[in-house]
Amino acid sequence: MERIPILKLGDFLLVTIQVDMHDQLVMTLQDDLTERIVKTQALGVLMDISSLEIVDSFIGRMIGNIAAMARVLDAETVVVGMQPAVAITLVELGLSLPGVRTALNVDSGMKLLRTMLDQKEMANASSAR
Amino acid sequence: MPVQRDEVMPIRSSEDVVRVRQMVRQWAVTLGFSLVDQTKIVTAASELARNTLGYGGGGEVQLEIVQKGIRSGLRLTFIDQGPGILDIELALKDGYTTGGGLGLGLSGAKRLSNEFEIFSRPGEGTRVSITRWK
Repeated sequence: MERIPILKLGDFLLVTIQVDMHDQLVMTLQDDLTERIVKTQALGVLMDISSLEIVDSFIGRMIGNIAAMARVLDAETVVVGMQPAVAITLVELGLSLPGVRTALNVDSGMKLLRTMLDQKEMANASSAR
Repeated sequence: MPVQRDEVMPIRSSEDVVRVRQMVRQWAVTLGFSLVDQTKIVTAASELARNTLGYGGGGEVQLEIVQKGIRSGLRLTFIDQGPGILDIELALKDGYTTGGGLGLGLSGAKRLSNEFEIFSRPGEGTRVSITRWK
């Protein structure tokens, strides 16, 4: 069965979407990713969509779902690399991906994830005191 | 409106939806659409093709290159023989859905197009036509 690869990078999971996904593949990715978060106890998910030529309402919903599910499983999600034409179209379509953190590329996405995790740790440490 | 070229593609599976997206992209590139305009019409096509499949139980799309004066455009007509839409005005409202989606498919496709037409009657299927001009 066709699948989107999920790579483990230290505490993070990296997903690079490089194909035009049909809806079933989108659903499989959602399931695979939540399973991998639990299995690897990942603290963050970096989703690189720089190769995606469109994000329609179905894929947009999947991105929002993944971020929400990851959060419930104690992991943060950052979506990186959205093409400008995709961003323009997405907003005109009526989707603004509320609750989804974004960054321009994998590098800054990784930095953002680390900052988010540091803040989380500090908050945990101060509440433990 | 003179039609320069046309083609019909089936929409019977989610793989067909992907094929429709790819074909619409090709035609938009051939017409010389900007990247943003290509993305808009491909995204609108994806929404409508998914509706044809999910709500209409499958159908087809007709792609046409149309001419109005010196302007050329891409017209896409999605046709199904499904249950039809009871209240079109309601179906066009943002956030309204009977299928568990976000309710942005029809209204979003309308916003992403220059022209939008819909004909539907309960029991008689649905026909949605969008045009994007260059």
